[in-house]
Amino acid sequence: MHELSIVMSIIDIATQQATNANATLVDEIELDVGALSGIEMNAFDFAWKQAVEDSILQNATLTINRIEGKAICIDCSASFEIQQYFDACPVCGEHLINIIQGKELKVKSLVVS
Amino acid sequence: MCATCGCDSYGGSTLHCIGEERSHQLKDLSSHTHASQKTIIDVEKDVLYQNNLLAERNRGCFEAKNILALNLVSSPGSGKTTLLERTLSDLKYEIGFAVIEGDQQTTNDADRIHATGTQVTQINTGKGCHLDAHMIVHALQGMKLKDNTVLFIENVGNLVCPAMFDLGEKERVVIVSVTEGDDKPLKYPDMFYSSTLCIINKIDLLPYVPFDINKVKENAKKVNHSLEIIEVSCTSGAGLKEWYNWLKAKFLVPEIIA
Repeated sequence: MHELSIVMSIIDIATQQATNANATLVDEIELDVGALSGIEMNAFDFAWKQAVEDSILQNATLTINRIEGKAICIDCSASFEIQQYFDACPVCGEHLINIIQGKELKVKSLVVS
Repeated sequence: MCATCGCDSYGGSTLHCIGEERSHQLKDLSSHTHASQKTIIDVEKDVLYQNNLLAERNRGCFEAKNILALNLVSSPGSGKTTLLERTLSDLKYEIGFAVIEGDQQTTNDADRIHATGTQVTQINTGKGCHLDAHMIVHALQGMKLKDNTVLFIENVGNLVCPAMFDLGEKERVVIVSVTEGDDKPLKYPDMFYSSTLCIINKIDLLPYVPFDINKVKENAKKVNHSLEIIEVSCTSGAGLKEWYNWLKAKFLVPEIIA
């Protein structure tokens, strides 16, 4: 259940950013969450509901941009989408791949008032 | 008229708040309906940046003192503590060691390490499922580590959560034992992807369990093609020399930082 730690970190970032902007409310929050970021979305949703209560994010609208995984094959240079770390290159079948996208886990933007 | 946005106030009072972002923090706002001004903030911040910042701080401390910090991760019961006991006993006259133990409860593991004569600190995470960089900062403050040593950080037994939290270690070592399934790397890919060395432990039990050692290696390499793999048994001592050589190579020949 590291998702709870993740949500707490998000609340910390939002609180700090809103305070810096002299705001008292967060109306909207936008997150980038990569498919390979290690976040289980069901656990995240559960943790979110519990943790944002009585926080600055209590009434914030949550938007999550799911970033798909992408990799490049070291052997044949093909670029392709991946769902898992262990996906093989669809062109040559090798597992020698470099992941170039999908590990994102960040707070992208806030709307505060 | 308000100097910030030019709105008219209806109740007679006029606000002039020049040079201030928020101009409507007066107590009597009943006559003023302008409080819901929205601002968009481009944050673009990694959710774990606070942890990563502290991890870098730890890393800097380790580099300055020439301490090789290793983060040992595995599921519960794979033999992390036994591997440490054996390593500390076998190499204590060659290398200076220190250990940070992470468990939800008890000092059992720290007691076992202490019995080998090694400096050890136990972190109890309570309900927490992983160590984070902040816990290591505090542990380090109390330890006063010597220069030119190896620090083992034995993480909470859990193949999921500790994968996300950088502690400032130089290398992450994932341990899997032959009494587990040989598909562990596929089931818990984050941990195998983020590790640099995989130790397959308890190989003395191979004749008694349906564990395909080639399969586990193949699966681990599918997840992380640059993962190094060493097979050991802490009971029979098989493979330990290779593990010690790996350790000494990392410790005695520090990589040059570009």
